[in-house]
Amino acid sequence: MSDLLNFFADNTQLLLEKTLAHLGISAIAMVVALALAMPLGVYLGHRHAGSFLAINISNVFRALPSLALIAISLAFFGLSRLNVEIALVALAVPPILTNAYTAVDGVDPDAVEAARGMGMTERQVLTGIELPLSWPLIFAGIRTAAVYVVATAPLAAIAGGGGLGDIILNQPTYGLVGVIAATIVVVVLAFAVDILFALVQRAVTPRGLHMPAELVTIVPAGTDTAVVAKDAAATAEHV
Amino acid sequence: MTALAVAAPLAQSGPVIPNFGRGDDCIRNNGKFCAQWFIDNFNARFLPRVGEHIKMTAIAIVIGFFIAFAAALIAHRHRRFELPFANVASLFYTIPSIAFFQIMVPITGIGLLSIEIALVSYTLLILFRNILTGLREVPGEVKEAAEGMGLTRRQILLRVELPLAVPAIMAGLRVATVTTISLATVAAFITPLGLGAPIFNAIQSGANTEFVAASMLAIALALFADMFIVLAQRFVSPWARARRGSS
Repeated sequence: MSDLLNFFADNTQLLLEKTLAHLGISAIAMVVALALAMPLGVYLGHRHAGSFLAINISNVFRALPSLALIAISLAFFGLSRLNVEIALVALAVPPILTNAYTAVDGVDPDAVEAARGMGMTERQVLTGIELPLSWPLIFAGIRTAAVYVVATAPLAAIAGGGGLGDIILNQPTYGLVGVIAATIVVVVLAFAVDILFALVQRAVTPRGLHMPAELVTIVPAGTDTAVVAKDAAATAEHV
Repeated sequence: MTALAVAAPLAQSGPVIPNFGRGDDCIRNNGKFCAQWFIDNFNARFLPRVGEHIKMTAIAIVIGFFIAFAAALIAHRHRRFELPFANVASLFYTIPSIAFFQIMVPITGIGLLSIEIALVSYTLLILFRNILTGLREVPGEVKEAAEGMGLTRRQILLRVELPLAVPAIMAGLRVATVTTISLATVAAFITPLGLGAPIFNAIQSGANTEFVAASMLAIALALFADMFIVLAQRFVSPWARARRGSS
């Protein structure tokens, strides 16, 4: 235990640098995944079409082992940051895509119809009605993705380095104490990201919107909200 | 004359690239993916790894399912157990796998036990949440009707709630299996077991074909398992599909 505290004390600078790099790698992956998955999910949800596409793309991406992705891209791009980002983007896309699709697709049809009846254009329906009502679930997906990415980014060290993985994968240099210390930092980061996005999620929820109970309570880090949401949607479909 | 004969082979010998006993051009030049080498080595090098990988995954899923199932049944009856279990399970879930495996080594040694403890820990959250959600989403009227028919609590659980929760439980099994296959590749970082072994081995030696092939096998295994569970789901809950079709 005292070894652990000593490691933190002796290597504050190192841990700080690696943490910043870790966040940088994670942030890039999140931005790319958002740019790919959000518009697609929202568009398909708005059109109420392509559930097969949205759900199946997610399932295929979800099935891809991160290490295998990193290894394959290693053969093609050599040691570079690109490998890691590809694997992390593949990890972040499913929850974002599924939740964006489920959220927009599930907006109360009466509300959308009322908006159309009031003479709103498609664009206004989307930005004025569907998106605001969808934000809570969309952000739940982003939050799940962010936690996944932060917790998986240590694999980055296999393919060119960067982030806390440099310490976690280098037990010969830093010892088990170093591995545990860096792991603690990753876990704390994951929880911090989770709480941060939970707050954002709460802030973007329109006042008066009745939220399902499982979304209001702070969902524990790493919870597959998308799965829960998908089950809920599937169950709703049966009824 | 003799001097020349000796010197010639020496001059030719460039960097030593392992050709694993067979040296076609592709392997000698360390091509990205040498199909012939892969086919030649499949039985000896890859097939046992696939078997190990399936075994590791199956053990973790079976044990994880029993623990999560028991926990979900308890949490279903006594709500106060939900949060503690979910919180512990989500703490495990945020630990990076590559660190989890290393941390287990001093405790349970290098071997299958350490790997399985980590893999089981990762399945718990997904399985627990899905089983519990499935049980909770059984409509109240259905349970009331069962109660009205005189079924005991135990009968309601076995004959009404569990069958209706099957789709959600299978969805959880699907995600858990795919996740475990993915994490099991990382396990090779501590013990050369499963498809991760050739990946880590070849990343160090730089033999492209070996890690590309192992990676593709891991991906194929994950996609195949995913499809297999979807089919199994249709098989064990035909009513779910029938109802969706009719609505």
